[in-house]
Amino acid sequence: MSQVHVTTKINGDTTEYLCDAEETLLDVLRDRLQMTGSKEGCGTGDCGACTVIMDGRPVCSCLVLGAEAEGRSVETIEGMAKGEELHPLQRHFLNGAALQCGICTPGILVAAKALLAQNANPTETEIRYWLAGNLCRCTGYDKIIRAVQSAAAEMRGESHAA
Amino acid sequence: MPLDRDPADRDYKVVGHRHNRPDGIDKVTGRAKFGADMAAPGLLHGKILRSPHAHARIKSIDVSKALALEGVKAIVTAADFPDNPAVLEDGELTNIRYNVMAREKALYDGHAVAAVAASNPRIAAKALKLIEVDYEVLPHVVDVELAMKDDAPILHDHIRTEGVEDAPDRPTNIAERIELGYGDVEAGFAEADVVIERQFRTGAAHQGYIEPHACLANISGDGSGDLWCCTQGQFMVRDVCAQLNGMDVSKLRVTPSEIGGGFGGKTTVFIEPVAVALSRKAGKPVKIVMNRGEVFRATGPTASSAIWVKMGCKKDGTITAAQAEFKYQGGAFPGSPVSMGAMTAFACYQPKTLKAIGWDVVTNRPKQAAYRAPGAPMAAFAVESIVEELAHTIGMDPVDFRLKNAATSGSKSSYGPTYSDIGLVETLEAVKAHPNYAIKLGPNQGRGVASGFWFNFGGQTAVTLNLNIDGTVALSVGTPDIGGSRASMCAMAAEELGIPYHHVQTIIADTGSLGFNDVTDGSRVTFASGLATIEAARNAVKVLCQRAAKIWGIPADAVTWENGCAVPAGPNAGEFPPMTIKELAKQAGATGGPIAGHFEVSADGAGPSFATHLVDAEVDRETGRITILRYLIVQDAGKAVSPAYVEGQMQGGAVQGIGWALNEEYIYNDKGVMENPGFLDYRVPVASDLPMIDTQIVEVPNPGHPYGVRGVGETSIVPPLGAVANAVAAAVGARPEELPMSPPRLLKLMKEQAQPLAAE
Amino acid sequence: MRYESPTTIDAAVTLLAGETGKAHVLAGGTDLLVRLRSGFVEPDLIVDLKRIDTLKTITLESDGLRVGAAVPSAELNEHADAVAGWPGVCEAAGLIGSTQVQGRATISGNLCNASPAADSVPAMVAAGAIARIIGPNGTRDVPVEEIATGPGKTSLQKGEIVESILLPKRPAGTADAYLRFIPRTEMDIAVVGVGICLTIDGSGICTAARVSLGAVAAKVIIVESAAKALIGTKVDDAALNALAAACSTAATPIDDKRGTVEFRTDIAGTLAKRAAAIALKRAEKNL
Repeated sequence: MSQVHVTTKINGDTTEYLCDAEETLLDVLRDRLQMTGSKEGCGTGDCGACTVIMDGRPVCSCLVLGAEAEGRSVETIEGMAKGEELHPLQRHFLNGAALQCGICTPGILVAAKALLAQNANPTETEIRYWLAGNLCRCTGYDKIIRAVQSAAAEMRGESHAA
Repeated sequence: MPLDRDPADRDYKVVGHRHNRPDGIDKVTGRAKFGADMAAPGLLHGKILRSPHAHARIKSIDVSKALALEGVKAIVTAADFPDNPAVLEDGELTNIRYNVMAREKALYDGHAVAAVAASNPRIAAKALKLIEVDYEVLPHVVDVELAMKDDAPILHDHIRTEGVEDAPDRPTNIAERIELGYGDVEAGFAEADVVIERQFRTGAAHQGYIEPHACLANISGDGSGDLWCCTQGQFMVRDVCAQLNGMDVSKLRVTPSEIGGGFGGKTTVFIEPVAVALSRKAGKPVKIVMNRGEVFRATGPTASSAIWVKMGCKKDGTITAAQAEFKYQGGAFPGSPVSMGAMTAFACYQPKTLKAIGWDVVTNRPKQAAYRAPGAPMAAFAVESIVEELAHTIGMDPVDFRLKNAATSGSKSSYGPTYSDIGLVETLEAVKAHPNYAIKLGPNQGRGVASGFWFNFGGQTAVTLNLNIDGTVALSVGTPDIGGSRASMCAMAAEELGIPYHHVQTIIADTGSLGFNDVTDGSRVTFASGLATIEAARNAVKVLCQRAAKIWGIPADAVTWENGCAVPAGPNAGEFPPMTIKELAKQAGATGGPIAGHFEVSADGAGPSFATHLVDAEVDRETGRITILRYLIVQDAGKAVSPAYVEGQMQGGAVQGIGWALNEEYIYNDKGVMENPGFLDYRVPVASDLPMIDTQIVEVPNPGHPYGVRGVGETSIVPPLGAVANAVAAAVGARPEELPMSPPRLLKLMKEQAQPLAAE
Repeated sequence: MRYESPTTIDAAVTLLAGETGKAHVLAGGTDLLVRLRSGFVEPDLIVDLKRIDTLKTITLESDGLRVGAAVPSAELNEHADAVAGWPGVCEAAGLIGSTQVQGRATISGNLCNASPAADSVPAMVAAGAIARIIGPNGTRDVPVEEIATGPGKTSLQKGEIVESILLPKRPAGTADAYLRFIPRTEMDIAVVGVGICLTIDGSGICTAARVSLGAVAAKVIIVESAAKALIGTKVDDAALNALAAACSTAATPIDDKRGTVEFRTDIAGTLAKRAAAIALKRAEKNL
């Protein structure tokens, strides 16, 4: 089986890989690039645990072929913190107990980051519908929604209380 | 382990305050390693062939074509799990073996039949298609009541009904009958002014953890090796995998990964023994990761049920009689949680007479696994529905009705033992006083209340605490952390030692590094591992005091421990400045060696937890769709060590219960094949389905724990089914008897029974 | 399996037409990848359309708005002309899956996937949308309702690609709406979907209407009798009730894991009433 050669940008770094045509971007990230922060909860786009941002839009990396990433820009959970400095969303998730088991957390953080990039001041309803494709079975979503709200407020400069 | 003193008077410095969890940074940055995140050099990928039939005799399995495929390194079937003494003498182990790999028959759609290890997942998948299985399809049964009939297809020839005198000596699907109760219920009903009975049904709900089962086994030719997996109990995995594979338990070391949700569903094994067998056979590391379809088809949901409840009360609200029959199917093997359903059903109340009968039934469905308060939510749904109806019938406020009959501290529980200090009354009073209880409802809206109970569990627990050179502490516990328990352990150790929270680092130890621990279940971790942590810290403090005494040259009992320092116990002990834990740690080598504390216990005194939930729901009368408008949880936590995570447990459990009430269920077609094995059609609640979930923690200290802690994880799923049903009944004027209350069911119910729209 | 990502539509057609094995077109991929992974399809060739620039545009043409086959529904819903002119189509496209799915899924893909429950299809049918098909034998324009022939089956010939969809320009007083029923608030497949497009005159009389139902038959259907129930009325309660009755009568659903025959039949009418009311309000603003 001949493999596809792909050159893409992942978290700002030019990355090259070979993959089988059938492999998803999630397979490539996890199995070939050892970037296991993106999780596979369903493989059918129903849980959002594999969410990455591709060319500015949040997508389920399980529904993208690895080959499709050629020339694209991909942002994953691994690129969210800058060194030791957490993204405000990461900080507010921690401080607000917005994670329990943590398996859905990377996907939710990436999806929430994409939301705040296009809507700095989302309503509770907007957050809930934006994140409807990210299943969390532990928290009942309450603390997740609150953490997104408080991170958004901080990012707008309204509050630095974490 | 008795309560220290009145915890309400204690000024906790660490416990009860909000702290970030030790695993937090890794989990928000993607660094945390879950079950599927591990790799190994030379790794093979395992996949499992599963039965497409609900019930079929396996006449033959031909793996020759699959083995011939390039890249295939090993294949295992039931023949690779031969009989051995450990398996033969343990009925449950025999069932687990049958469940992880079908033997003479496939017992449900999704039952494992063979497994392949290959050099990549795509080759493994291809190999599965080359395995030829000759099935003789047999009649099947997936419904609990049909499975109990005399002419039902029989799953196991050896099952005879336990708990029945003179049970006929012929095969049956009814594995056990249980009965409990007291008094004369007929007399109780005769005394009642109002008697209500109904027949209820609940669907099978899956735990729905987002992380599929995953493991990586690396076994060498001499039968020793390592297993990495996501589990609620590494010691259980070790024991079961070693025994099924005929290995010495000591030769297998199991390391638990971070676990992406369990809720009871990861208290057993599915793929782990298979990975061990494949790895041994291939001589290479083998990783198996289930896909979501496999999780639904082949791991344990909870039981589905048919429940009949009859209750009677006097006009003043006194419950004079309670009677129920619980039929639970637990899938293809005995072990449904029917006894827990029967025991918990009336545990919130003190009916004057009681009779409960339960039936454990096998069907052609996956073997059930524990799910958060196993057996209790469906029983509570039935009972709380009748309780609410009784209250309305006699014109009594439903909270007052529950208060009138509530189990209280020191009362005898409906299932036998006498309660210690419990907090049901406090939760009911808090609900009544809450502003949500007074909000005026609009048209098509209804309000429901329900209470719930869970026993909680203690169990075998071992903890080791080691003091490091800089005065910080390494704490090893053996109970996997599903929802932030490491933070609570850090807090309790820090509290005892008098050091800052962040000076304690808690890890979940592998099976080679710590004594046996029962699985994380029964809401036991904060209670039992917490209790053991406290005692381990106290043992370390004893050593610390001895070391200070040695340095000071005074008797050990002349030293006491205050705020992280050894100090002379009194003026007679001598004049010494406090010696910090850091100073003592530094000198450990010179004063007698490493300083540690450990503790091993079979913990009891877990202390039950009660909760009351209040929900407002709105029904779209034209479509049957239910919207949850408001939700309040009040629960007794004894002492909330990590309040934010206690709230999280309460909220998460409630939302799982809401899902069970509204939409979640296993749907089977007429061939006994599961129709909805994915998150698309197994409909767990999504963020936009819900409002914020209000919480209020009540603290009635558990006398069985030094700080008064009681488990909180499970009780929260017990009331929601009944609470939501009660709210819907109030909104539409008809009582849902079947869960989930999916829109087609509710619309039908309204058409058949509901009162006409009230004029607004 | 081979993966190809041609940069012209002609190259794509050539690849598809020349493949001797099984070939699949990849637009958003949100259906295809699920099928691929489950082993439901085992293609020899996948042709990705997303490198073809002409398929990635939304263009206002003299006779309507042309939506390229590789435009994701999120982008459609960010296009002011699309949202203003065809709110029903846009809201339907906006209901396909999650935010993440919206970033990939296309209405052309939704159409060619040929699911009877596809959300955007009843809305497109009601809107009178026209699919432009390019294949080895040239270009043809076909009403969208003629694409699907049954569950998973289309009238497309070997080598043919839906290149774009034209949402035809509308006269004054015209608007559309789409409603679906799902058990949750998001993430479900439609149990019933209703697309309605109607036109009213200055006196509020409905002069034209198209009503389409999803998930109640083997493919998305047009309900002429339902349209007739609206035309000539002021879309008052009597007309809405007649509309609902016509939709329920036209529905020939099945019992499955998502709904019962009884439920779907009932809901088709209920949703039609609600969708018509929304479309009417929108039409009043367009006068």
